[in-house]
Amino acid sequence: MTNIRIKGGRLVDPANGLDVRKDVYISQAEVAAIGDAPADFHVDRTVDASGLIVCPGLVDVAARLREPGHEYRATLESEAVAAVAGGITSLACPPDTDPPLDEPGLVEMLKYRARSLNLVQVYPVGALTQGLEGRKLTEMSELADAGCVAFSQGDAPLPDARVLLRTMQYAATIGYPVWLRPQDPSLASGGVAHDGEVATRLGLRTIPVVAETAAVSTILLLVRETGARVHLCRLSSADAIDMVRQAKSLGLNVSCDVSANHVHLCEMDIAYFDSNCHLIPPLRSQRDRDAIRAGLADGTIDAICSDHTPLDDDDKQLPFAEAQPGATGLELLLPLTLKWANEAGVSLVQAIGCLTSAPARLLGLSVGRLDVGARADLCIFDPALRWQVDSSRLRSQGHNTPFSGLELEGKALYTIVGGHIVYE
Amino acid sequence: MNRDPQIDSNGKLVHLLSIEGIPRDTLIGILDTARSFVSVTEREIKKVPLLRGKSVFNLFFEPSTRTHTTFEIAAKRLSADVINLNVGSSSQSKGETLLDTVANLSAMHADMFVVRHSQSGAANLIASNVAPNIHVINAGDGSHAHPTQALLDIFTIRHYKKEFAGLRVAIVGDILHSRVARSQIHALTTLGVSEVRVIAPATLLPSHLSKMGVQVFRNMAEGLRDVDVVIMLRLQNERMNGELLPSAQEYFKNYGLTPEKLANARPDAIVMHPGPMNRGVEIDSSVADGRQSVILPQVTFGIAVRMAVMSILAGQS
Amino acid sequence: MAARKETALPDAEQLMTALIEQIRGNIKPDTGIIGIFTGGVWVAERLHAALGTEVPLGTIDIAFYRDDYVRRGLQGNVKPSDIPFDVNERDIVLVDDVLYTGRTIRAALNELFDYGRPGCVMLAALVDRGGRQLPVAPQFVGTELKVDDNEIVALEREANGALQLSIKPRAEASGRT
Repeated sequence: MTNIRIKGGRLVDPANGLDVRKDVYISQAEVAAIGDAPADFHVDRTVDASGLIVCPGLVDVAARLREPGHEYRATLESEAVAAVAGGITSLACPPDTDPPLDEPGLVEMLKYRARSLNLVQVYPVGALTQGLEGRKLTEMSELADAGCVAFSQGDAPLPDARVLLRTMQYAATIGYPVWLRPQDPSLASGGVAHDGEVATRLGLRTIPVVAETAAVSTILLLVRETGARVHLCRLSSADAIDMVRQAKSLGLNVSCDVSANHVHLCEMDIAYFDSNCHLIPPLRSQRDRDAIRAGLADGTIDAICSDHTPLDDDDKQLPFAEAQPGATGLELLLPLTLKWANEAGVSLVQAIGCLTSAPARLLGLSVGRLDVGARADLCIFDPALRWQVDSSRLRSQGHNTPFSGLELEGKALYTIVGGHIVYE
Repeated sequence: MNRDPQIDSNGKLVHLLSIEGIPRDTLIGILDTARSFVSVTEREIKKVPLLRGKSVFNLFFEPSTRTHTTFEIAAKRLSADVINLNVGSSSQSKGETLLDTVANLSAMHADMFVVRHSQSGAANLIASNVAPNIHVINAGDGSHAHPTQALLDIFTIRHYKKEFAGLRVAIVGDILHSRVARSQIHALTTLGVSEVRVIAPATLLPSHLSKMGVQVFRNMAEGLRDVDVVIMLRLQNERMNGELLPSAQEYFKNYGLTPEKLANARPDAIVMHPGPMNRGVEIDSSVADGRQSVILPQVTFGIAVRMAVMSILAGQS
Repeated sequence: MAARKETALPDAEQLMTALIEQIRGNIKPDTGIIGIFTGGVWVAERLHAALGTEVPLGTIDIAFYRDDYVRRGLQGNVKPSDIPFDVNERDIVLVDDVLYTGRTIRAALNELFDYGRPGCVMLAALVDRGGRQLPVAPQFVGTELKVDDNEIVALEREANGALQLSIKPRAEASGRT
């Protein structure tokens, strides 16, 4: 067990309302002190954090690790390494693995594998229905005991509204939230791109905004009926964000997130059929992107996630509609968030809050904060470091990023999990 | 991938993937070259030696007899060697990826690929993944583009109408699924015609069409009023089964081109159709065979236009 | 475009007259006159008008028969070739403005033979500047002219139809040899 002193950094901990120049002392896997060294503290290692930001390890509410079942695309090892390289120390993974996370045994196995790696802490989101087929409830109580923090369909559809109602009632009974990506499967059917001028020019089948808002509408009405706690995943449209803003103002217990991709990109980025821009939900219009940025700034949108979806080259080297949707993103979550904050004039504290305190609240966990005596999970980053995204040099096995070649500012330099420096 | 893959860093057209992005002067240049090839097709020896020794591979992932044949004729009249691949019978159906198929064929010293595929963007994908001296011509990709069809259509319009300025052109039919319509719209707006109109029921129209510079009409009589050129699109059988349209009869009633509806256009208006025609569905036989129809000349011009495109591209190595 | 100091620039109109007189009496009434775009067509038009042959003037654009297509691609401005008479068995006079390497004539002959099989083909050139790279010889010539390899001899036509020769450095001009 090493005693670490993090010296001279700017400590930003939104959960505790901190933005100060104070040293952090780590001992026995915990945060030992902030500011002055504890009595009899013998420093084994000093990390010089001058010019750097010291914050809680980042919390990513959606990252696909591809285990079990999709190991040809990525493995737990490779993605856990990618996560800590991006300063992420806790992440939630969706249940759409193969088989889906609908059995406690699978969840336990995943948690065990992640624990033995001792890198990023993995919090599985359990399947809402058996096999994600949208028909029968899963053993949510057992799954929660096995370690699930919420229940979701991933990207699988749940067309039967009565089943949706039952799952929400049941999850509310055991006190766990339901995470839903709002998309009406019949309105979205066959679509691969936003119903806008780009899809019209390129001749791509479309997913209209109404596919998202109709689903949001149904979900919000059912929330009112059941009192369930619902989190809406990966909003993409201005109209849906407006609906959430209104629902929150009426006191409804809803939250929502967006992916870092949608904070920056829009349908124009598809350009000449770049399949790296084939995403779920689709990249929408500039107006929708602006609404996402405004929603983050005013707090309507609670968190930014990576929506990390590593894919094989073969999955993407296909005509746009046939390419698998998704982008790799663990290593880009931090710099993309900082880029938004810089461009939008949002404070660093608020931006880091979107990556620490807010997602932690969504997960219902006491991560994403630096209390004395808590587990020492930290991210130390240089907010001014300029680097260029080179997809071949990402640590994730997925090289599918729409940001290839982009120059970004901000990079994690040290990541500490449980008091160990797991990345530098 | 933000640069138009059909234009190289010197501004030269190295592939023909879409009319969109091609400057007006380049389009006119293709038309002028095609005019010279028309005179070649009218003499006894209909061949020139331009592409002698070059291999043109017709890669049709979506079957088509007419387009396939006209490209083959065009290539042979340029003295090229032509290899035809109807992919149903080849490795694609054995699960080989699109790019692997192309790579294997490139290794057989293909100089040019003519590609037709059911997915939008397929020709773009191929063009971005071939060696620098190989040229790709898009013979139709999904609902995206069919540039040589649009070129032969504007060639036909220029042949009969001489000037583009001041023309009103109406395109009638299933715009939503039509790669031909999209390419025609780009060509006509680039060449500066006075009005481009589309006429179709709402279920056959994509959204945001006005952003492409067209006026949308739901009523055919109104839409055809005073137009100089009427382009009828083929209505595929699968569109008439009740999902988008109730029946062929109802479609013909409201959107089929009959002599009565044609009378709304100018008396010297020409009637065009990319073929093959569905007589009695989108067009009445009396109009298709009538004095205003230029549907057969379109086919002849199609060969000259494709010869022009191939010789311009092959010369850009 | 400074005029050259050494060889005097010939008067194109005088050459035209000389060429017409060379040809007159040496061709049949049904001989076909075919000009090669662009300067050769101007000369051929004048010949055709002066000689009064029976069949209309023919014109040839050699763009599709050039031997440098692989290197240079299709040069812009292709004009349609038009031979409005039957070539088979007929005497033909092929007309060009400036005869140089002979490659243009080779291309024109290849194209001509795709129209049919002439009885015989004669070549008329306003100016022969030598420098042949192929075994081509003219039957009718306005004048021979010696110029440097790095210079181009060009025919121009004024608005009133008058013909004029010019000599330019190679870098300035573009076009065929």
